[in-house]
Amino acid sequence: MISIQNLHKSYVTGNNSLHVLKGLNLEIAEGEFVSIMGSSGSGKSTLLNILGVLDDYDKGDYYLSGKKIWGLNETQAAITRNAMIGFIFQSFNLISFKNAMENVALPLYYQKVNRKKRNLIAMEYLDRLGLKDWAHHLPSEMSGGQKQRVAIARALISNPKIILADEPTGALDSQTSLEVMEILKEVNDQGITVIIVTHEHDIASLTRKIIRLKDGIIGEVITNGDLQSYRDRIKQE
Amino acid sequence: MFDLDRWNEIWYALAKNKVRSLLTAFGVFWGIFMLIVMAGASNGLKNGIVEGVAKFATNSCFMWSQQTSEPYKGFKRGRQWNMDSDDLAYVLANVPEVEYISPKNFGSRMNGGPNTIHGLKTGAYNVKGDYPEYIKIDPSTILQGRWINDMDIRDKRKVCVIGEKVCEQMFDAKENPLGDYLKISGVYYQVVGVIRPETRININGRAEESIFLPFTTMQQTYNMGNMVHFLAVTSKKGVPVSVVEEKVKNIIKLRHSIAPTDVQALSSVNIEKEFQQMNGLFIAIGILTWIVGIGTLMAGVIGVSNIMLVIVKERTKEIGVQRALGASPRTIITQIMLESVALTTIAGYTGLSLGVALLELVNKVIENQPKTGNEVFFQHPEVNITVAVAALIILVLAGLFAGSIPAKRALMIKPIEALREE
Repeated sequence: MISIQNLHKSYVTGNNSLHVLKGLNLEIAEGEFVSIMGSSGSGKSTLLNILGVLDDYDKGDYYLSGKKIWGLNETQAAITRNAMIGFIFQSFNLISFKNAMENVALPLYYQKVNRKKRNLIAMEYLDRLGLKDWAHHLPSEMSGGQKQRVAIARALISNPKIILADEPTGALDSQTSLEVMEILKEVNDQGITVIIVTHEHDIASLTRKIIRLKDGIIGEVITNGDLQSYRDRIKQE
Repeated sequence: MFDLDRWNEIWYALAKNKVRSLLTAFGVFWGIFMLIVMAGASNGLKNGIVEGVAKFATNSCFMWSQQTSEPYKGFKRGRQWNMDSDDLAYVLANVPEVEYISPKNFGSRMNGGPNTIHGLKTGAYNVKGDYPEYIKIDPSTILQGRWINDMDIRDKRKVCVIGEKVCEQMFDAKENPLGDYLKISGVYYQVVGVIRPETRININGRAEESIFLPFTTMQQTYNMGNMVHFLAVTSKKGVPVSVVEEKVKNIIKLRHSIAPTDVQALSSVNIEKEFQQMNGLFIAIGILTWIVGIGTLMAGVIGVSNIMLVIVKERTKEIGVQRALGASPRTIITQIMLESVALTTIAGYTGLSLGVALLELVNKVIENQPKTGNEVFFQHPEVNITVAVAALIILVLAGLFAGSIPAKRALMIKPIEALREE
């Protein structure tokens, strides 16, 4: 699903060049449930942006679903994002003047699906996430957990291959966080690849694979079998 | 384009900060309002003046004699001289470009005291001697009777045509002036016509307060010999008046032994040239109107552009999210542009409507004023459909222009940066 070889990315500001990703290699198969961890400055946000076709890279190869992502113009990038990737953000990023249903329908709006049809589909997704009764509420009238569920519905509506979640539980209490993780797990069970960027160990430990970034390369990959020992280790830390 | 969500978004963006949107819109409103009102006012001025002179023959020129300013052929400078009746035939015979030639002599003036008597009434009027052709140069409506004709000239008949005011003042409403007699400067003349001038060009006093005698009658009655005070000449179709003016003047100067270089001895006015100058003035006023109007409009548009930049800045995150969700650059540009065009068009259209309404109001007020014969030089302030359509096109273009910079700015927003911004 995702194949990255020798990925380099630097940010240039004036005369300073900040080398963030330094030859990163990464393989994520279809249907995986992965979390990316790392201390701040390790390059996890940068990696997420590149994975999400929100940013380009300097050197290396990035194949998404067998297609090389390189040199796309903004329109092509937008189409790729719309078709392949569902985003979930820490601060939900719902559009404040659109109700839950319209927010969920937004990706279809960009696909030029007509209003009636896209709202119908949006209702289906809201129903699946147990928010049917909240369809006509504005984001300001919902709780954090509800908002994030709306955001998940929005990420799912375009039938993406991958869900990219940037600190999806960062703004939620631990109980709601677990609920959201449960939903993401269900999403994963349907065969969608889910990638979560987080700095919370207990959230990461709910995924099936943890990728720890360190100084712009993969520091450690902990897979399913090792998770128990990982849990023990982080308790000691 | 017509998706409800799109307009919902436009409405939201503008309604979020109503006062700001209104103030911004006011800039455009005022620009277009000014443009319309000024264009209307300058049209009103133009209409007022043009209506006053429109019927006057533009292919005409006038000349009159003055003291010579150069010595010539043994004559000293400062010589008094006059054109004479023989000049008329000579000019007609030798300048084929001349269409009409009409001499005019001036008798007693209205400011010289009462000169006209009818029964118990007396009045002071300008008395002029004219040719039949004069009415073709400075048209008048014949209210009753007729204008001076060729037989009047040939037979030196003692008849007169009177202006509308003269008729009102010298005759009772019940009286029929035609056939009646007026005693003018001691001589009786039979009234044969009453006229109302159609132009506001007056030569030696206003026409409605004038009495017109046949030219030859006047020459003989008041001992003018074959003297000609004033000469009106028109050119044939396709010949510039200036050509005729030059030729006629040269011939007359030659006949009266006046230096060809003497510009003072035979003065003249070229109506064509005057009209051109007037037209030039109107064009200048028109250009000024558009410069000022468009300048004001530009200021408004720049205001819109500015506010759109602020809106884009405020909505950076939202735009970032939309782009992450797959909104193409085109979608974003269209959105910003539509917002800008919507704002300018609504504001501008309001300005357009109110401007036209104001002009209509002024027009009504002017039309309802009683005609005094002394009308102001301001008639029918209006803008034609071309101006209105042009204004609308300008508005849409202005909206696009105002939206282009903010839209470009919105495109430069990287989704990552927008999302990172907390």
